[in-house]
Amino acid sequence: MNLLDFARGPALKVAITVFCLGVTWRIVAFALLRIRFDLNRPRASVFKYLAGGMLTVGSRSWPHREFIGRTGAGEALGYSYHLGLFALVLLFTPHILFLGSLFGVTWPGLPSSLITVISVLTLTLFLAVLFRRVTSPVMRMLSNFDDYFSWFITMLVLVTGLAATAHIGAPYETLLGVHILSVDALLLWFPFGKLMHAFYIFPSRALNGALLARKGATS
Amino acid sequence: MSDATVMHGASLSSAEGRTPEARVAGAMSGFAKEIGALSAFRLESCIHCGICADACHFYIATEDPQYTPIWKVEPFKQAYKREASAFAPLVRLLGLKREVTTDQLVQWQHLLFDSCNMCGRCSLICPMGIDVAALIEQARHAMFDAGLAPKELYDKAAHQQLTGQPEVSTEPYRDQLLAIGARFKVDIPLDKPEAQIMLCVPRTDIEHYPSAVAALARVMQHLEVPCTFRSDGLVAENYGYYAGGKEWQREISLRLIDQAIACKAKMLLVPECGHAYEVLRWEAADLYGKPLPFRVLKVTEFLAEELEAGRLKLRVAAGEATTFQDPCESARKGGVIGAPRALMKAMGVDLHEMKNHGGFSFCCGGGGGVLDIERAAPLRYRTMENKLREIDDTGAKTFLTSCSDCRRTFDDAQVHFAWNKTPQSLLELVAANLLGTGTP
Repeated sequence: MNLLDFARGPALKVAITVFCLGVTWRIVAFALLRIRFDLNRPRASVFKYLAGGMLTVGSRSWPHREFIGRTGAGEALGYSYHLGLFALVLLFTPHILFLGSLFGVTWPGLPSSLITVISVLTLTLFLAVLFRRVTSPVMRMLSNFDDYFSWFITMLVLVTGLAATAHIGAPYETLLGVHILSVDALLLWFPFGKLMHAFYIFPSRALNGALLARKGATS
Repeated sequence: MSDATVMHGASLSSAEGRTPEARVAGAMSGFAKEIGALSAFRLESCIHCGICADACHFYIATEDPQYTPIWKVEPFKQAYKREASAFAPLVRLLGLKREVTTDQLVQWQHLLFDSCNMCGRCSLICPMGIDVAALIEQARHAMFDAGLAPKELYDKAAHQQLTGQPEVSTEPYRDQLLAIGARFKVDIPLDKPEAQIMLCVPRTDIEHYPSAVAALARVMQHLEVPCTFRSDGLVAENYGYYAGGKEWQREISLRLIDQAIACKAKMLLVPECGHAYEVLRWEAADLYGKPLPFRVLKVTEFLAEELEAGRLKLRVAAGEATTFQDPCESARKGGVIGAPRALMKAMGVDLHEMKNHGGFSFCCGGGGGVLDIERAAPLRYRTMENKLREIDDTGAKTFLTSCSDCRRTFDDAQVHFAWNKTPQSLLELVAANLLGTGTP
């Protein structure tokens, strides 16, 4: 069994299993904690506060006018690299074919040249994000191993992917094997760290938004 | 608190025969066990982006990272990860999170009490949607359990829980209330066996702004709604909430709830007091254990309803440029934003809004009990400078609010900064412009 076979065979199976079980456990674990129901009379109807939750999912995607001067640039940076990652994961033809083999559905991808441009841009944004994290006193203070390791492992996937596409440094099969191994590592780490925010972001906005809307509070 | 142990400027009670360390350990373990699914979800959702700092006036004024709102709950996140998170056994086994120490928590007293107004502005900025202010309130509960509520807040809460008053007064508030009625020539409805509405009053108004108490009585008299104050449930403030003493908060709230039930009130009217509204409108039923058998309305909400129903008519007030301070607890966190503006509009007030107003208004700086904490004053003044600038920038000559704590905070600022504005009560403006029967 060569590196590529190992990476996309047993290693991938283990990684996907850990990912699925870990993510499920992270979500189920909340339900095992005490759930309190608000007994105070709501200001709004159930429909209104559910709508408030849905609105918050959208409205928190960009800062309120009152905050934009202070946070607009930082948020733009954050969203930009996320968009870059989504484009690379979902619109690169080899990825689409791989996902198609798993889920049975495929869709049109972007031209390779454009993917290369997006990769380089995303890589640059990733470095900028790290630079910001280590130079901003607030972010540096808040950051822990999870933040840096999650950055590192995502960056690893990005760099190995770029190397594999560009055929740099080793035979293609080896580079692809290393790239898939890095994806395996990311899947293994995913349930244990902050990458879980991918699953939390929309429920968190919706839930907090709905609870604020229940009070008629600003959200 | 006679047995309080003073550590690094914090009051660490060694009550219940336990060492401070044992109290801290117990409080953190209690926090983790009682955290609940919602708060756990909020703690887990944080991505350490630090954006919440940019909503907090303590951070904006100082650029000191320790004032980042989510950092204020860091030890509690640490305790949660160790004790109750999905991988807590693994976290403990590998020593990934250390136990929260007494020294650490003593340091955090400054962050959770002196430099947090619980104003909730941070809850509006989080890209993950986290209600950071709700986490901070829960962290204050743990600080209280650890014996680390600031002395000023602890003492007032203890006194209020025992006597119904946060501090000793020269005369009982009941007698002061009647004296205010006599002085301002307005009937004070007191201890009526039955009433449609039960009234309560900020002790700040009794002590500092008796004209606001008279205004409340005058407006109610004008509307001819059967209402009453109750001697055994007079005070609107709740120092249990400020100090983080949840059980005391419940007991203090129960005084009002029990009295409202005793007089068969259909409504408990919260006066111009921001945090009293949060406590009674949005937290009391949870502590009571079931929905309250009456409505809870802030006085501005009630008057706006009466205005809309045509039972309250107001004449046009003097036409000076005016600005309005939204009390955070009732406006941003409680949803009472339109009501005061409807009243001002009905009186033809020439409203000049601040740059940040309504739900996005900056706190006066005194909320969350900060005004009562003596050592917090220098930082509070520094934080207030931005607020005062925003008020000045409106060009308004008159400055209104509907919270007695905001009013007291700005009065204090007027002296400290030799500032040229005096905060006035919206309720008093309404009382002075009643139209029709009973108009003074």
